[in-house]
Amino acid sequence: MTSSQSPRRLVIRNLGVETTRHGVAVTLVDDVSLDVRAGETLALVGASGCGKSLTCAASLDAAPPGVRRTTGSIAIDGVEQAPADIRGRLVATILQNPRSAFNPVRTMRQHAMEGPAARGAPAASREQRVRAAMADAGLEDVDRILDLHPFEMSGGMLQRMMIALALASGAPFLFADEPTTDLDLIVQRDILNLLLRLTRRQGLGVLLVTHDMGVVAALADRVAVMDAGRIIETAPVMDIFNRPTHPVTRNLLDAHLSLYPGRSAA
Amino acid sequence: MTSLDGELTGDLAGDGLPPPHAHGRASFWREARWPARMAAVVACALALIAILSPWVTPHDPNAVDLAIRLQPADAVYWLGTDHLGRDILSRLMAGAAVSLGSVAVAMALILTAGIIIGGTAGFLGGRVDQAIMRVADVFLTFPTIVMALFMVGALGVGLTNVIIAIAVTHWAWYARMVRGIVLSLRRRDFIAASRLAGASPAQTFVRHLLPATMAQLLVLATLDIGHIMLHVSGLSFLGLGVTAPTAEWGVMIADAREYVWTEPLLMFWPGLALFISVMALNTLGDALRDRLDPSLRAEHGH
Repeated sequence: MTSSQSPRRLVIRNLGVETTRHGVAVTLVDDVSLDVRAGETLALVGASGCGKSLTCAASLDAAPPGVRRTTGSIAIDGVEQAPADIRGRLVATILQNPRSAFNPVRTMRQHAMEGPAARGAPAASREQRVRAAMADAGLEDVDRILDLHPFEMSGGMLQRMMIALALASGAPFLFADEPTTDLDLIVQRDILNLLLRLTRRQGLGVLLVTHDMGVVAALADRVAVMDAGRIIETAPVMDIFNRPTHPVTRNLLDAHLSLYPGRSAA
Repeated sequence: MTSLDGELTGDLAGDGLPPPHAHGRASFWREARWPARMAAVVACALALIAILSPWVTPHDPNAVDLAIRLQPADAVYWLGTDHLGRDILSRLMAGAAVSLGSVAVAMALILTAGIIIGGTAGFLGGRVDQAIMRVADVFLTFPTIVMALFMVGALGVGLTNVIIAIAVTHWAWYARMVRGIVLSLRRRDFIAASRLAGASPAQTFVRHLLPATMAQLLVLATLDIGHIMLHVSGLSFLGLGVTAPTAEWGVMIADAREYVWTEPLLMFWPGLALFISVMALNTLGDALRDRLDPSLRAEHGH
């Protein structure tokens, strides 16, 4: 890392993202600003397709082909950084679909060595760190798993592996893009507990993208609500659940609480 | 694009086949049918002869001795001698070195250009892709031999220029193939994951996209080697490539033209050598394709 002291604050400022459809520029993310602090989890919630995942990717200049970041900057402890310099170094990312986020023809060991190699980490300590992180992520039998291909593993195992790879990077900030979407409920619970435990212990600053208010209630300290590419409300998690101000937030909560009969949004 | 996707990696990931690394080189030999095995043996023998030809030819391939010109085959000159009394077998062996050597150089040039140009087009996409592929289309439009003749006409006669001409006329096929595969993979999550883990575009390309193109590049290259060999010999036959005293199959065929009615064997031997090499390499390419294409393999069930 650049300084001996771990960075405390990551700020995404005025992020704008657009793409071109049939020759017309379409704005996908409009003037989004977010503030992630070390030791704290900021949840970014909203309906599917409102630009949550894109915000994560574009702030690191890793938006999918054909999508451009038009405005915005990312700063760590007040110092503006080039996105390419902090990807994987200061900000680790967990993607939403563990099944497709691994190269199908490569083993876990090859995946595990790729990040450290890209970061230029000393070769001697690479495997050591990955093994420690895998143990932290609840993967037992590390030797066997390192030789597996993605299709030989369950979704839960792959998600744990992805978390392990993120941890092994030693980055102080973590972007978790719907980390539990494709998993069954029991595995979801395990993964959420794991994330909670690890982020607390290591004091990571987490940007958690999700549309599941249950996940928000379990993990988040603060919540930013997004709709149609804009942030419409940012508040501590208790306020979002008790006193939602924006109609879209209320809708999200109603939809969530309707799953539990006998309760309704305030 | 979606259907391509499924073909490329869906099969690898989904249908319970063991991963590609699980097959060693030995199993290619075990599973191949006899034509493929024979082709592999012939290709290896050719390569060996080409490499060793400076030391193992029975006679000096360029030693002229008019006293023994146009000898039939005997114990000393196994395939006889040509119109200048040079040993045909020795010339065939020396010719293998020229043919295979120039094909190898041309192929290396073509693969390098194809991977770099096609990879750039596919990876960057957008206008760069459009511009590169339109240029490639121009090259794809011309018959390669006409284009090669034009190139040699512009660059001048000689083996180096023939190799350059062949590379310039063939890169587009490879570039198009690499581009197609890269395009089908570049939106995959694992490419995004690689970028997010801090890999530079070049690192991502080399680690995740290039290996995916290798199987198909290898097959196309093996199938094309025979074709390129014919190009080199063809241009030499026309007197545009390797020039007269050098032992080369095309040159030998050209030299034998005057004697085609009286000494037809003079033309037969280099022709046979060309036929066998091209045949062997094509068969080998076919077998490799059967072997490396997962969807074909699933159909055959072997």
